[in-house]
Amino acid sequence: MEMKLESHEPQGPLEQKWSKHKKDMKLVAPNNRRKYEVIIVGTGLAGGAAAASLAEMGYKVKSFCIQDSARRAHSIAAQGGINAAKNYPNDGDSIWRLFYDTIKGGDYRARESNVYRLAEVSNNIIDQAVAQGVPFAREYSGLLANRSFGGAQVSRTFYARGQTGQQLLIGAYQAMMRQVQEGGIEYYPRHEMLEVVIIDGQARGIITRDLVSGEIKRWEADAVVLATGGYGNVFYLSTNAKNSNVTAAWRAHKKGALMANPCYVQVHPTCIPVSGDYQSKLTLMSESLRNDGRVWVPREKGDKRHPNDIPDAERFYYLEEKYPSFGNLVPRDVASRNAKIVCDEGLGVGDTGLAVYLDFRDAIKRDGEDTVRAKYGNLFDMYENIMGENPYKQPMKIYPAVHYTMGGLWVDYNLMTNVPGLFAAGEANFSDHGANRLGASALMQGLSDGYFVLPATIGNYLADVKPGTRYGTDHAEFEKAATDAQAQIDKLLNIKGKRTIIDFHRSLGKIVWDKIGIARNKEDLEAAIKEIRELREEFWKDVYVPGEKNNYNKYLEFAGRVADFFELAELMAMDALQREESCGCHLREEYQSAEGEAIRNDEDFSYVAAWEFKGLNGSLEEVMHKENLEFEFVELKQRSYK
Amino acid sequence: MSDNMKIHLKYWKQDGPTAKGFFEERTLDSVNEHMSFLEMLDVLNEELQLEGKDPVEFDYDCREGICGSCNLVINGQAHGPKAETACCQLHMRNYKSGDHITIEPPRAAAFPVIKDLVVDRSAFDRIIEAGGYISVKTGSATEANSIPVEKEQSDVAFDYATCIGCGACVAACPNASASLFTGAKIAHLNKFPQGEVERYNRVTAMVDQMEAEGFGDCSNFGECEAVCPKGISISAIAEMRKDYVKALW
Ligand SMILES: Cc1cc2nc3c(=O)[nH]c(=O)nc-3n(C[C@H](O)[C@H](O)[C@H](O)COP(=O)(O)OP(=O)(O)OC[C@H]3O[C@@H](n4cnc5c(N)ncnc54)[C@H](O)[C@@H]3O)c2cc1C
Ligand code: FES
Repeated sequence: MEMKLESHEPQGPLEQKWSKHKKDMKLVAPNNRRKYEVIIVGTGLAGGAAAASLAEMGYKVKSFCIQDSARRAHSIAAQGGINAAKNYPNDGDSIWRLFYDTIKGGDYRARESNVYRLAEVSNNIIDQAVAQGVPFAREYSGLLANRSFGGAQVSRTFYARGQTGQQLLIGAYQAMMRQVQEGGIEYYPRHEMLEVVIIDGQARGIITRDLVSGEIKRWEADAVVLATGGYGNVFYLSTNAKNSNVTAAWRAHKKGALMANPCYVQVHPTCIPVSGDYQSKLTLMSESLRNDGRVWVPREKGDKRHPNDIPDAERFYYLEEKYPSFGNLVPRDVASRNAKIVCDEGLGVGDTGLAVYLDFRDAIKRDGEDTVRAKYGNLFDMYENIMGENPYKQPMKIYPAVHYTMGGLWVDYNLMTNVPGLFAAGEANFSDHGANRLGASALMQGLSDGYFVLPATIGNYLADVKPGTRYGTDHAEFEKAATDAQAQIDKLLNIKGKRTIIDFHRSLGKIVWDKIGIARNKEDLEAAIKEIRELREEFWKDVYVPGEKNNYNKYLEFAGRVADFFELAELMAMDALQREESCGCHLREEYQSAEGEAIRNDEDFSYVAAWEFKGLNGSLEEVMHKENLEFEFVELKQRSYK
Repeated sequence: MSDNMKIHLKYWKQDGPTAKGFFEERTLDSVNEHMSFLEMLDVLNEELQLEGKDPVEFDYDCREGICGSCNLVINGQAHGPKAETACCQLHMRNYKSGDHITIEPPRAAAFPVIKDLVVDRSAFDRIIEAGGYISVKTGSATEANSIPVEKEQSDVAFDYATCIGCGACVAACPNASASLFTGAKIAHLNKFPQGEVERYNRVTAMVDQMEAEGFGDCSNFGECEAVCPKGISISAIAEMRKDYVKALW
């Protein structure tokens, strides 16, 4: 049976859609708002901003996160900046241009209406953040500074040194804490959501595990927001924080919420390479380094000479040779893919052979060491601290790493999933970045969702919910969800197998990286599905989960998350398999030109793939629904970086 | 590359807030110089689990020195020996084979132990709750460039705003004072014109909350500044005191 996916996009001219929608949406009167409770899972930019804003409006908010404080959500680690269409530098930027760049950057796999709204709201975010005391970089005039980021032709990125995520998150966190003080938010850190509770087809609450006492708790509300971040850690190694996971989204998926475009994963080209099996995460190095660094590998396989001893003629500056006009500044996906290609050919460097050089020799010769230090000093220091090598004296070693997941829960224009009352925001939804996200756009989207979109659209939903509707947490659906959550924990603890959770996760990550990573093909994807199933079965037989359920137990938390990654991974492979085209970060080797350029197929694949969970029985059963993407306002073009 | 550093570890085990704690010891035979300190603990925990033993619990998330989750006290020093480096960013090349390393949780009455090396730092949240913000509702902000801020002043505010809330300052202070944490937030917000309106209410509310949480007084030892992974200056405390006195008038 075909499910009808309603995007609920407003009709009319692009520029008027959001204002028209705001005009048309239903409102909840101020004195009625306190009769509604909203659960918000996650305190990153999306969840933190939503919690603060909804509480300020008078709704009763309950906020949950895994970390010991809301301020530690993964958003804290974002470095480079946040985009907005202020056009302060007067260099020709506009809401339209930010919209256009985002939709084009996403390789035409996002909704025009959502993306336009994002660009429109971007300016309000900067106003709000400045008012909160976020210390954005300033000019000597005392006014805000901007820079160009990720190859954009305009300077529209606002930044706070290399800590933009930290400063924006602290702003949202402080706004949230003010509402905790005022009683608008009940605040539950160290609580992990394990199930969403759906009654009569509507999201009515969640089940959590108290990560300190182990207690399984039930929470009822009138609407539930999942702002639980991305799933990059399915790869085991990524630039995400260690607690980042897919559990909340996946468990909601298993209860009926559709998962959209799970195969769209962004791999960042400039990360510090893996040094050994003990490696627990990968560190991002700003891509601004490619402005002055030259990427190369030795021309000869197995050339073990020190890089400084390899003469120019024996160096393969592969980006410059293959892409003469963009050279080292090709987009993220192109740079990442080519690094993998040369390493697969055996030209990689370092102990593992999984690295390429990023060389500043010529920049230092040209501009002097002081100039290079002024631009990149902190990044060079960070590199030296981690690698123990001086990048002023020898080239850096870099390798691509998983960074961001564009896929996520399917949502309509109101950021509501197909389950009424269940909303998804930030990296957890699929909404705005299509098949590829532009630099400095994730922070923008998280805060747009949290500060400006949800506060309007949740009211529109609640206006139709009778205030004070309560089923009670002893309702059968709560009972069942709580029992299921506890049962899985007991099951994991009782396996008492011989392999550790991390060992399994690492093996899963290797399959996903090798076969559902930077470049995909049918054969590998089919093999991946088989291998994932086998390893998943082994996991449920042979994993060792230490400790007890009624105490703080980090490894027990991980075990549950890895179990979910095992299922998501299979869906990622299925999604990548059905998408017989190359678009954005999704490169199917069968669909590229003789020169290795991605070939997009708008005729057949201009849709969002939204998956419906049907069951899990050795293999994952899912049905794909399509939301066709209509492009009314932009003309579709092929990318070329030659 | 050296893959065979022998490291003798001694780490704190404690089953819960009221349980009696003790040290456990174990030697790791093949520590790699490229490992981070926390990766070394991961390796320890893998070994323990393979023997069917319980791992040692410690807090972490970003492993990039920015979330403030990690807060180990290493050989008596919060975050270990390297200046301006959170322990997740500390690499084992700072040690040599044969070294003895003792790992403890930060010890402070206001940070009760949850398990092993994990402590409860919710007191920090409550200090922010008391007044660590500028009261501006979503939607009521003026245009961003309508509030110019002198670059120098904004840079100083930034230095205070880099606090990651890890609690190393409390761990290092002989009085277990939270003055650097509290002062840094006050100084950050007070440096901005936007923060001016609530300046005096903020300082009294936050300082009173800090005392209510059971943190000690500041006696200018300066240990907090020395261990702060973000190098936040103790001048934050002077700013806080100055404003607190003014607020009382
Ligand atoms: C190293 C790095 C640098 C980046 N730099 C930039 C940049 O410069 N510009 C940019 O725009 N983007 C950047 N990004 C991307 C951006 O940081 C993220 O996409 C964004 O911050 C995600 O925010 P979020 O609110 O959606 O989720 P997160 O910040 O990931 O927050 C998720 C929240 O959900 C909670 N949670 C998750 N699961 C559960 C559960 N089951 N139960 C309870 N709570 C749960 C977590 O505790 C957390 O509070 C960067 C990303 C990385 C990794
Ligand atoms: S783990 Fe985030 S600061 Fe150390």
